[in-house]
Amino acid sequence: MEPVIQVENLVKQYAVRGFVGSADALTAVDSVSFSILRGMTLALVGESGSGKSSVALCVACVERATSGQIWFEGQDAAALGERELRVLRPRVQLVFQDPANSLNPRWTVREIVAEPISVRMRIPRSEREALAARVLERVGLAAEYLGRKPGDLSGGQRQRVAIARALILEPKVLILDEVLSALDCSTQAQIANLLAELQRECGLAYLFITHDLRMAAHLADEIAVMSGGKIVEQGVPDDILRGARQPETLSLLVASGVKRTPTDAVLRR
Amino acid sequence: MWRALDRVSFGVRAGEILGVLGESGSGKSTLAAALLRLLPANGRITGGEILLEGSDVLRMDAVELRRVRGSGVSIIFQEPSLALHPTIRIGEQVAEVLRAHGASDKRDLGARAREILAKVFLRDVERMFSSYPHQLSGGQQQRALIAQAIACDPALVIADEPTASLDPTTQREILALFESLRDQFGIAFVFITHSPALLAGFADRVLVLYAGKVAELGPAEAVLLSPQHPYTQALLRCVPTVGEGGSGRRRKEPLPIIPGAAPSLAVLSQGCVFEPRCEMRMDTCQVSEPMAALLGDGHEVACLRFPA
Repeated sequence: MEPVIQVENLVKQYAVRGFVGSADALTAVDSVSFSILRGMTLALVGESGSGKSSVALCVACVERATSGQIWFEGQDAAALGERELRVLRPRVQLVFQDPANSLNPRWTVREIVAEPISVRMRIPRSEREALAARVLERVGLAAEYLGRKPGDLSGGQRQRVAIARALILEPKVLILDEVLSALDCSTQAQIANLLAELQRECGLAYLFITHDLRMAAHLADEIAVMSGGKIVEQGVPDDILRGARQPETLSLLVASGVKRTPTDAVLRR
Repeated sequence: MWRALDRVSFGVRAGEILGVLGESGSGKSTLAAALLRLLPANGRITGGEILLEGSDVLRMDAVELRRVRGSGVSIIFQEPSLALHPTIRIGEQVAEVLRAHGASDKRDLGARAREILAKVFLRDVERMFSSYPHQLSGGQQQRALIAQAIACDPALVIADEPTASLDPTTQREILALFESLRDQFGIAFVFITHSPALLAGFADRVLVLYAGKVAELGPAEAVLLSPQHPYTQALLRCVPTVGEGGSGRRRKEPLPIIPGAAPSLAVLSQGCVFEPRCEMRMDTCQVSEPMAALLGDGHEVACLRFPA
């Protein structure tokens, strides 16, 4: 099966301006390669500053890669011009960590969810709203939420709205950047279940960015551990959890409470 | 009048770490603020007592309260970048706490602030002393706040989600710092969090808060390893399981969830607050309110399956 998305030798550098006007290059992403098949999840795990969010922004075509290729169904996004990118972007959608910041507080849920189509297509308002209602139902929110504003919703409901907004353009790939981290653990479970169900139904490919190896192991088919802009370890969850070799991976395992904690049994139940 | 907390009772021993586990809306931040009488203007404590080494915080006048805050009990908030003053150097911000509690000799203040910073920073004390908050990482900022909190040798430090904005490795480092402060200086901590994983191996005892009430309270091992309240059981089941040998078998299968939503505090319910979401509900749960039942070894559960 051909991958939905394939990234080869992705490099992203940012210019860091010094005091005397000299520009240094900071390499945030250093020769990263991976691919994701239809209906599959790759979890990208790492500490803050390891480069995982830079990968997300490049793959979503929000930032231009410094070098390397990003193939979407056979098209290299890194080589495309701005006009061609506009056609490609709807196929890759982003969902962010904190829905309180990524949703406009003054808009209704209906306006938020329908916005991507009103930017993209000329279709009548009634149709847009019907579409918004349908996608909202798919993320588990009844039509009564259409008229509410983000402030009236719980954290989990807001994250459902953010997912609905990403789904309305029927993307092939969802980039989920720490989408569970800001939620309570009972809400995390609900949203994790929703993501797994949507993937099963629509064959979405996920790039699941997290520092929680426990959730990564639950949701992903493959885990890539990032450190210093590079992928230092990559494999199926069982191998990563059992045979982690890199210190970065071990430190994440401890931090996620999977390894070497006195009450390990709590986490295993 | 909404009741954010309802008949909450617990104690913290000297040098003990009490983990308060609660989800959004459980009342955990209200609890933190209430302990120091820092509730917002629309919040009122309508009953009960808060005894700090024998004296009731609720009966203190403004002068006593001012003395007790900082030297008896201090508090650490969630977002260190908002709690520190952006244009005052860290050393000065620590010295300010000492000054507020009566120290005045300028040269002595600097030396004492350095001593306090040395308790929380393993190295670079001098650099931290003369840094501004924006020059520090999130973890370093949180350490600076902890330095302020322990400046006047309090008996108890309340930490309200102190690691929520930090990455996991830094989180563990901050927990290790709390443990070492407890071991070295006998400081007790009330550590408020929504994450059960953080409390495992860290807290001595755990209090589980649901809809403003204590659902379960007891030794951490007992509460986290063999929870008895249906809410605690359901909450801990939500965390994905990871066996030492891998997780393959259950990958992507639905995680157990708690059906329904947390109750609105505006509605005063009869019976048990968790009843509508409880898998073990009985006929009596709708009418009688559960009282804390002691299961032995200080393990209390407020559930009608255990008669008080």
